[in-house]
Amino acid sequence: MTETSSHEPAALALENVGKRFGSVIALSDVSMSVPKNQVTCVLGDNGAGKSTLIKILSGVHTPSDGQMYVNGEPTTFGSPREALDMGIATVFQDLATVPLMAVWRNFYLGNEPTRGFWPFKGLRTKFAKESCKAELAEMGIDIRDTEQPVGTLSGGERQAVSIARAVHFGANVLILDEPTSALGVKQSGVVLKHIRNAADAGVSVVFITHNPHHAYLVGDNFYLLNRGQMMAEYTKEDVSREELVKAMAGGAELDALAHELGAKG
Amino acid sequence: MSTATAVDERVSKASPLTRLMRRPEIGALMGALVVYIFFAVADQTGTFFSLDGTARWTDVASTYGIIAIAVALLMIGGEFDLSSGVMIGSSGLFAGLLITEYNIGVWPSIFLTFLFAAAIGFTNGWLVVTTGLPSFIVTLAMFFSLRGINLGVTKLLTDTVRVAGIAELPDGSPRPGYESAKAVFASDFSAYSFRIAVVWWLVLTVLATLVLTRTRFGNWIFAVGGDSNAARNVGVPVRRTKIMLFMYVSMSSCLVGIISLMRLKSMQAGQGVTQEFIFIIAAVVGGCLLTGGYGSAIGGTIGAAIIGMAFIGIAYAQWNTDWTWLFLGLILFVAVLTNSLIRRRFQGARK
Repeated sequence: MTETSSHEPAALALENVGKRFGSVIALSDVSMSVPKNQVTCVLGDNGAGKSTLIKILSGVHTPSDGQMYVNGEPTTFGSPREALDMGIATVFQDLATVPLMAVWRNFYLGNEPTRGFWPFKGLRTKFAKESCKAELAEMGIDIRDTEQPVGTLSGGERQAVSIARAVHFGANVLILDEPTSALGVKQSGVVLKHIRNAADAGVSVVFITHNPHHAYLVGDNFYLLNRGQMMAEYTKEDVSREELVKAMAGGAELDALAHELGAKG
Repeated sequence: MSTATAVDERVSKASPLTRLMRRPEIGALMGALVVYIFFAVADQTGTFFSLDGTARWTDVASTYGIIAIAVALLMIGGEFDLSSGVMIGSSGLFAGLLITEYNIGVWPSIFLTFLFAAAIGFTNGWLVVTTGLPSFIVTLAMFFSLRGINLGVTKLLTDTVRVAGIAELPDGSPRPGYESAKAVFASDFSAYSFRIAVVWWLVLTVLATLVLTRTRFGNWIFAVGGDSNAARNVGVPVRRTKIMLFMYVSMSSCLVGIISLMRLKSMQAGQGVTQEFIFIIAAVVGGCLLTGGYGSAIGGTIGAAIIGMAFIGIAYAQWNTDWTWLFLGLILFVAVLTNSLIRRRFQGARK
């Protein structure tokens, strides 16, 4: 399966995983591996099963069939918390930030720094505000005021805060669900840069997207998901951007379409 | 601008006034001042402004405020509790029946009543997070159930609609433990007869504010109300947070129930019913967003103060007290309107 030269186990791997919701088969017989310190892209169009795949990887759903491996060990997650505890952090499409809460409160949500002992356990607010600003700056994200509600940030900034948060809290594996789908060209570029930075900093990234151009810019490995099945698998060396776009768009179908349109014109 | 420290040039310097205006409870605070001045001027007896008058309105405000703070926290957490009023009666009756019908000591009865209230709150919360039904419906069902149980059980055990004889044993001698419990829950202090409930109210305001702004749990309250999905995704125990908030509301109603029981030495089966909306009004007037995720504990306190002033102020102005409810209705509307205007004007936030 793994074409990487080292025999180091993959950070995250799926083996013949399937997921059914009643009579609906959302995923069937999906195998993939996420090598360490690389960006692994999962490409798929709407309804391909990307969301289900992400929810399995992040612990929201448990697979109906097959087995998941974390660092080569068979693992089953009961909740997103368990996945987080193993260093697998997910930045969801609907963004895991609360719009009405301040940036620093969002940054530390679920991992609040505290001091003292119960029942006098207090939040270290001053520390949290300052370190949040510093941490974000280190990731190249310049937030004006950490007291401002996250809802006032732009989509790219919010995405960047989510990524920075996941990396800061010791994520070994970062799963990104369509991080660029709602963004403009420039903002997408910023987010892609953060993805590459995260991988270079030693994080294994799973980048789920329907945009092959974005994927090709940052990806090391590519998986193509369609109708709940893994259709193809490439590495950066053996695929060109055109091939990837073509495969993504349905290959032969696109040829036929181009031919048809060309014939008319 | 001379910048000794690293000040971000993109942040327009927020003046202290603007900073103040961004607080959720500021509209309520200004409203409270207006209401206070209004009743001080309209006062026909000359007592509203005095310490005697203050003791009167803070007394009304305190029993509303103790629960309004809890309701405010629950509302920030994105839920409602319509059983908060009837729980006053249920707890008072529960404690009263334990004391008079089962001859359990006053203090053990109070302890058991708080456990009972915690169990009711847990049931509310558990049903809400498990069934996924709106808390409005779940607690409305709890409200009617408790209302029925209050009446049914009280009639069954006492053949009347009230529980009495808390202060004395059947032979007329003082009941052991009653005096000490009264001192804690229902005593007066100072020459102006301030009630001890006011102290409970203020202490709980401070505690709730600290919890909300300075603890992890407080952060989680904002998160589960603001976006429970996002909160769950980053590892916040959403179910536990919500259930604990429901328990807190029930237990504050229980505290008020015990306070009433110790004051009146008896409890009517219908006590507390219809008050649930007063707590919600107080929380909303205090700046809590009905949709959750925004508000403050002190807002609930200010809202309760406004309602206390209205109840007593109308009497001191020697108007017909029938108009109190109209006044509350108008206050609610005006407060929410000003709150939303202020928020739009000063918050500079899109949401």
